[in-house]
Amino acid sequence: MTKATDGTAGDGTAGDGTADDGTAADGAAAPGGPAGGGPLVELADVSKYYGNIRALEGVSLQVHAGEITCVLGDNGAGKSTLIKIISGLHQHDSGSFRIEGRDSRLGNPREALDRGIATVYQDLAVVPLMPVWRNFFLGSEPTVGRGPLRRLDVPKMRATTRAELLRMGIDLRDVDQPIGTLSGGERQSVAIARAIYFGAKVLVLDEPTAALGVKQSGVVLKYVAAARDHGLGVVLITHNPHHAYLVGDRFILLKRGVMAGSHARPEITLDELTRQMAGGSELEQLSHELQRAKG
Amino acid sequence: MTATLPADAKAPDERLLHASPLHRLLGRPELGSVIGAVAVFLFFAVIADSFLSSLDTVLYAASTIGIMAVPVALLMIGGEFDLSAGVLVTSAALTSTMFAYEMTANVWVGVFVSLLVTLAIGFFNGFMLIRTGLPSFIITLGTYLMLWGANIGLTKRIQGTVSTNGIDDMQGFESARVLFASSVDVGSFKLRVTILWWIGLVVLATWILLRTRWGNWIFAVGGNKDAARAVGVPVHRTKIGLYLGVAVAAWISGQHLLFSFSGVVQSAEGRGLELHYIAAAVIGGCLLTGGYGSAIGAAIGALIFGMAKQGIVYAQWDSDWFWFFLGAMLLLATILNSWVRTRAEAAR
Repeated sequence: MTKATDGTAGDGTAGDGTADDGTAADGAAAPGGPAGGGPLVELADVSKYYGNIRALEGVSLQVHAGEITCVLGDNGAGKSTLIKIISGLHQHDSGSFRIEGRDSRLGNPREALDRGIATVYQDLAVVPLMPVWRNFFLGSEPTVGRGPLRRLDVPKMRATTRAELLRMGIDLRDVDQPIGTLSGGERQSVAIARAIYFGAKVLVLDEPTAALGVKQSGVVLKYVAAARDHGLGVVLITHNPHHAYLVGDRFILLKRGVMAGSHARPEITLDELTRQMAGGSELEQLSHELQRAKG
Repeated sequence: MTATLPADAKAPDERLLHASPLHRLLGRPELGSVIGAVAVFLFFAVIADSFLSSLDTVLYAASTIGIMAVPVALLMIGGEFDLSAGVLVTSAALTSTMFAYEMTANVWVGVFVSLLVTLAIGFFNGFMLIRTGLPSFIITLGTYLMLWGANIGLTKRIQGTVSTNGIDDMQGFESARVLFASSVDVGSFKLRVTILWWIGLVVLATWILLRTRWGNWIFAVGGNKDAARAVGVPVHRTKIGLYLGVAVAAWISGQHLLFSFSGVVQSAEGRGLELHYIAAAVIGGCLLTGGYGSAIGAAIGALIFGMAKQGIVYAQWDSDWFWFFLGAMLLLATILNSWVRTRAEAAR
């Protein structure tokens, strides 16, 4: 009952609650889940402490192929700790962290990448002064030749960058321009295209829309949806319930390091999601904001 | 999902009209230093009579700075400083000559031991940097002071004076001198071997920077360390590798110092040279904040140094004006570089 995207072959009970979902309108055919159909990533009762500070306690979530799992929470709710555990920057202290069914503990981001988990950070997604094509392949550069003549395969790097970005619908003037000259949304999108190209099965997005305007946010959310349609499992970290509700299939709410709720899309409305996030207190103002966002 | 795709992706993009060859040229990090080098060259060619006939000496002076400026530039592109680079050259020279003298060993053994010691000091710099997370300015300032003290202290302790004894009568001296401090006459041009070392290092560094994975990583760790680490770049290994590069160049420079003076090395030498290297790299377009620059630029920065140093001598000025000249060059080149870069990025 958690499937929200049409066009993905998954675990049967496809929900019908997608009519109001403006972004999933076309049914781009994409591979569904893994053969087994189990979650790509599963956290069960995971906790993390920094000394005597409880950063995260008893958090559980599942990431399925072709689905977007949203993690919502205010500042200090433990979102970044959660993302760091999934992406291999930190290790959890208790609970279980399974990747494709296997208990795992990631030592560093490279290990996470090797297991198919790619993370796109809000502010450290790219190296601004480097050309787009160097950024695209950073850390996984293709080479030709051997021995002392082993060198970057520059023509392939340029051509691939341009082709992959076009495939995501990003039409770049010049792959040689420093990536810092692109807009914030474009940079996020390059990072997403990159993760897909390198065969990520799980894409973790840290506040991809936080610093963006409304239009740019829409662009990024479109690429997030495109990643889902490519069959990736997506974890979308955000503090914006409106953005989450536009694309999300499951919603995990964090509050002060613990889970405040876990909902599949058909079980919850945007109003309810917003109310839970705000704790009801600022509901008036938030519903006002909501009106404006929709308008 | 489906976004706007251009009708024909292969057609030249109409938005690319502005990227003329001139703007491409303006985007090069070396541009400011090339303009500066041409200006300095013309200036001294006009006012100093023997400048044009002594270009071999000018190039030699440039090469002694340039050998070190290249790895220092790489290090700066990688986002770090090395204030110990100047005294490290002296340490490398002292180690070779004193080891060979005291152990009565073949000079080549001393040269080899010196390489190991220099690499160990370079590794120490890099290791302390990644272990403590302190700024490299502080770490290498510490190394600088320690090496300065140890250079003089150990030389006094071992040899009794502040300079080392000559080793030019020892086995292996002549063959090692050929490698580090010889020269060949090409017509009236005296081609010093350091010029070949310099050119070799520039070519190697440029190859590494622009055409290898290491080069990509150097730009990345200097431009945005956290992003680089997040996409799997071995940040620590890259930084340690850069310090080892400085160490190898310091070893080459140190051996040159030693073999040009029969093995007699003044232990207090080398202080202040680290600023020459950094200045050459900055004149050549390296950003102090890292992530931008080139080895060729650093080489041109070193060339400006060489021309100013010798040009002032040939113009028969007081040689202290060299410092004034250098400071002015540094300011001008940096201002020009940042102006050019801003213009180039705006033009894109």
